[in-house]
Amino acid sequence: MTMIDVQDFHVRFRSRKTETHVVRGIDLRVARGECVGIVGESGCGKSTVLRCLVGLEGGWTGHVSLNGKPVRPERQKEDLRAAQMVFQDPFGSLHPRHRIGRALSEPARCMGLPHGRERIAAALSEVGLPAEFADRFPHELSGGQRQRVAIARALIVEPALLLLDEPTSALDVSVQAEILNLLSDRREERNLTYLLVSHDLSVVAHMCDRIFVMQHGVFVDELSPEDIGAGRANHPYAQHLITASLLGDAA
Amino acid sequence: MENQILEVSDLNVAFGRGSVRAVDGVSFTLGADKVGIVGESGSGKSTVGRAIMGLLPPSAHVTARRLHFDGLDLLDQTERQMQSLRGNRLSLIMQDPRYSLNPVLPIGRQVAETALLHGNMSRKDATQAAAAMLERVQIRDVARVMRAYPHQISGGMGQRVMIAAMLLSAPRLVIADEPTSALDVSVRGEVLSLLDELVTSNGSSLLLISHDIRMVASFCDRILVMYKGRIVENLTRLEEARHPYTRSLIAAMPDARHPVHRLRVPDRESFEPSHTPLAGETL
Repeated sequence: MTMIDVQDFHVRFRSRKTETHVVRGIDLRVARGECVGIVGESGCGKSTVLRCLVGLEGGWTGHVSLNGKPVRPERQKEDLRAAQMVFQDPFGSLHPRHRIGRALSEPARCMGLPHGRERIAAALSEVGLPAEFADRFPHELSGGQRQRVAIARALIVEPALLLLDEPTSALDVSVQAEILNLLSDRREERNLTYLLVSHDLSVVAHMCDRIFVMQHGVFVDELSPEDIGAGRANHPYAQHLITASLLGDAA
Repeated sequence: MENQILEVSDLNVAFGRGSVRAVDGVSFTLGADKVGIVGESGSGKSTVGRAIMGLLPPSAHVTARRLHFDGLDLLDQTERQMQSLRGNRLSLIMQDPRYSLNPVLPIGRQVAETALLHGNMSRKDATQAAAAMLERVQIRDVARVMRAYPHQISGGMGQRVMIAAMLLSAPRLVIADEPTSALDVSVRGEVLSLLDELVTSNGSSLLLISHDIRMVASFCDRILVMYKGRIVENLTRLEEARHPYTRSLIAAMPDARHPVHRLRVPDRESFEPSHTPLAGETL
């Protein structure tokens, strides 16, 4: 079954005088339970694709269906529940003056789902945090703990699709390993679909079944994790990206 | 060592009333080579760099048996003397060019400032020197970039501008604190090789501070691994790693060439038998 079906997808940002054509016609089909990655450098449009799919950005054209249901730039409540996003910066994505319990209960309440203390405790334990964390403020948590809360907040409305925008770029490698393992476990458990955006090819190769390479708003290449491991690519830009990112790997 | 540029012996940095030791008995020497300090956030790696530069806040208490740079005892220098060293013989490149460049001054004037301050040049000569240096760091349209403001150039270009400003005074020691972390992978290699080339041609030494152990291993001659304020290991190659912390750090990184189903999460107990979790420390 197809979880994400995107065809002839364009995004244009308009200001009074100029128009920037950010995403220039992409097609993307992701099956349920699959993990697909998008890599590319800053400004290539990879985060914009995620923001449009989750409903944060409106100015797109093309055909999009999520979980078999066509969606339009203006979203219905059910569309919003189908896809949830985890952002890069765990310091910026949680309200600094809301306790963790409130950060987690709000999306559940909006969707008319159970949001009592027990539900919050269950959501926290699912991401490996004790129930007492519900009474804490974000500044009392480490970066990895905050990212766990962000994942719990996304999972609490039981979406079928998680959109992950650089979920571990702000974290240390040991914490990154914990978060990536947590994401893999939840995916296996619930048969979740992931669309993961990252600039780190080794993270994407570890997590994803297929990887798209994006440049100037279009997909220029599609790779398998094995391709990245072997340093193979069809498009010169994808090849350059692989070579540049393997620079740090002692062979 | 003959060409010893920096000697650090038993460096300690404590914040507040000595309660938190950010750096705990760190010793190393630097010649005309490239040394990397690797560690996770909070390991004290940046604090070491800042202690050498004399850039720590007044609340920091810095002590050392020796902190010698190029024949000078850095601990004895007055603030005024340090000011004439910084940006001249001793340089620091920070992580994000968006924050380390002055947003309201054109690039050309900021680069020329180094030459004005330390080079005894007229404004005209300084501007010319700045233009020549920007060309050396492979900035294409130098005249346009000289007039541009920091927000008008890309991150990679901004970092090259920082390198140009710093190298204008031909420093003996360059401390680069996460110089490529804010940059895209595709320009990271470029910036590193540029840094390498310029440091080597000047015969200076480079202290590269980073969280990325693989990047440091491929770029530096020696690797110092820091954990909780201490140097736990001194390596020339990653394969030599013996300390459980270093090994767990390497194992925690995903590697496309050796795919694994689950990543190995460091078991902190194994390298810290006496570790008792602090309140709220569950990660």
